[in-house]
Amino acid sequence: MFKIVEKRQLAPQIFLMDIEAPRVAKSAKPGQFVIIRLDEEGERIPLTICDYDIEKGTVTIVIQAIGCSTRKLMDYEKGDFIYDFVGPLGQASEFIHEEIEELKKKNILFVAGGVGTAPVYPQVKWLNKHGVKADVIIGARTKELLILEEEMKEVAGNVYPATDDGTYGFNGRVTDLILDLVNKQGKKYDLVVAIGPMIMMKFVCKVTEELGIKTIVSLNPIMVDGTGMCGACRVTVGGKTYFACVDGPEFDGHKVDFDEAMRRSAMYKKEEQECMNK
Amino acid sequence: MDRMKRIPIKEQAPEVRAKNFEEVCLGYTEEEAVKEASRCLNCKNPQCVTKCPVSIDIPGFIQHVKNREFEEAAKVIAKYSSLPAVCGRVCPQEVQCESKCVLGIKGEPVAIGKLERFVADWSREHNVNLSETKPKNGKRVAVIGSGPAGLTCAGDLAKEGYDVTIFEALHKAGGVLVYGIPEFRLPKDTVVKHEIENVKKLGVKIETNVIIGRTITVDQLLQEENFDAVFIGSGAGLPKFMGIPGENLNGVFSANEFLTRNNLMKAFKEEYATPIKVGKKVAVVGGGNVAMDAARTALRLGAEVHIVYRRSEAELPARVEEVHHAKEEGVIFDLLTNPVEIIGDENGWVKGMKCVKMELGEADESGRRRPVAIEGSEFILDVDTVIMSLGTSPNPLIYTTTEGLKINNRKCILADEETAVTSKERVYAGGDAVTGAATVILAMGAGKKAAKAIDEMLKNK
Repeated sequence: MFKIVEKRQLAPQIFLMDIEAPRVAKSAKPGQFVIIRLDEEGERIPLTICDYDIEKGTVTIVIQAIGCSTRKLMDYEKGDFIYDFVGPLGQASEFIHEEIEELKKKNILFVAGGVGTAPVYPQVKWLNKHGVKADVIIGARTKELLILEEEMKEVAGNVYPATDDGTYGFNGRVTDLILDLVNKQGKKYDLVVAIGPMIMMKFVCKVTEELGIKTIVSLNPIMVDGTGMCGACRVTVGGKTYFACVDGPEFDGHKVDFDEAMRRSAMYKKEEQECMNK
Repeated sequence: MDRMKRIPIKEQAPEVRAKNFEEVCLGYTEEEAVKEASRCLNCKNPQCVTKCPVSIDIPGFIQHVKNREFEEAAKVIAKYSSLPAVCGRVCPQEVQCESKCVLGIKGEPVAIGKLERFVADWSREHNVNLSETKPKNGKRVAVIGSGPAGLTCAGDLAKEGYDVTIFEALHKAGGVLVYGIPEFRLPKDTVVKHEIENVKKLGVKIETNVIIGRTITVDQLLQEENFDAVFIGSGAGLPKFMGIPGENLNGVFSANEFLTRNNLMKAFKEEYATPIKVGKKVAVVGGGNVAMDAARTALRLGAEVHIVYRRSEAELPARVEEVHHAKEEGVIFDLLTNPVEIIGDENGWVKGMKCVKMELGEADESGRRRPVAIEGSEFILDVDTVIMSLGTSPNPLIYTTTEGLKINNRKCILADEETAVTSKERVYAGGDAVTGAATVILAMGAGKKAAKAIDEMLKNK
């Protein structure tokens, strides 16, 4: 059993929780995720790691109530327990294996969409700790759904908020903002890391491919065990099949078959809807 | 009574059991077990024992059954095996203990498996205490994986007085016993849970939700957590796919995913949150026990089910009993048939599988006749779900994160078959992680040998 030691609301339907899981906290690296199960009847769902604190032995997760299990978790309070919390899973972000001096020469732009801002945070924080300032676009549909802006400002170079409806920051989609930064403001980036809804990542990749900027995406397919034993999370990258839970979740965005990934993500749409209506 | 004939065992009727997940075989009553036990000739030089991978004193326990000393029988088995209720159910006895029974020469061999199962079930129902251990010796052993190999190794070491901790990646202990083998062959809440509780009663600690290679490494276990030895029993859980077009369409699953959803996550029960997809017409590709399990599960979820296998019935790797049960329940066998492509509809869902007819050609190195495609024999099998059951291989997570642990060309951990010794000091390995996918009882045998080797190494230290 894993204790919820902190709970904070970030936006309507979006919560942050610190979970007591010392083993996971000790091993977690940017880019990795966890799988949780709420109770005996619960399903296993993957959630990205937003932060970790080795001393406190806690791991921070950010949850948006989009399905049955996440909606149920929203009602859990500080002091409650969840049955299972396993990780860290997947490969850490590639850049943590790079020479720091080489990294410092690079201009990196993170593009975070919605709740995808949560997994961007530990990556930007890690880079900052190693003396690398990255730029970050935080996109959301509307102002009140934009999360972690203050936290991000502490660890990033420039933070550019963007809202689809123009209620805050840049008026438009993250892809428009990328084009604006590069074409109008003359920014030069060597690497883009995009994390958010599949459709957002797909369009970011379209734009960066035209701009000729290498782009890493973090895929979020359906998962069951998260350890490579079932292949529910398989994705096609560069014409080859990979298991996102062990080979990823981060891949070269220009090689990902997004249409297949989106179609596979919708496999249980009907069942999920039935569950939500219960 | 005819000594050459087995006492028959009751089973749920096929038409009834094809619609539920209750156990198919109902087991012997006391009377039936005593009668069956009385068939055993109590050989002086029992051949049955030589073919049991954990060398259970078979005539010894059977004589106790014959004398109605069921508790004594359970104690005899407990000396050799921690999982008798499991083994009595899932061991392929026809190629092991029962294959060497003297009665089998002229008649039917003694139903050793069914008797073992009876004794184990009886001792569970009568709360027999089987948890005798030697005093603690202060030494600590970490066991990776809580499947049959790990449970056996842990149980044996605990009996010798070791402080044992099992690390399990999933949220429930049991490995393939909980995620792979279905309820109708191996009930989870009664049988599996109870046998795992018995291992815990020996003092074995089980830490679930710990993935070795991710949460913590083998090297950390030895260096930071001060374990004196490590046993790797992590199995072979990585599913294979065919690599044919259309395999990533919606509606194509690995048998591991399909069975995990149903067995571990209990997707067949309304109150559990995990969904499962089973169409109207399902093709299960493969012919092993896992393929039979997947097929019979899909059938119970309401589908018409086809086993698609490239060789003929004689080559089916599954147990004869399982094939027989599957047929009785209505699984259709499309033999000498091989898929070449999975075809999708406009929304990316499976709508058919293109197959070719096969014929058997020359025997290959393994002695099995190689299937060869018949030219121009393509046809479309009209299915909406495909379950790939082509076998599994060991997960690379452990060997890729352990300094100095060698593997062979099949990506299995290199370990001595008799001593379980690996290329790394104080690290032992056994079961499917070493052999590739095999059977429950072979994994238990490997766990047993490893426990003995670890005990000898640590005693002499």
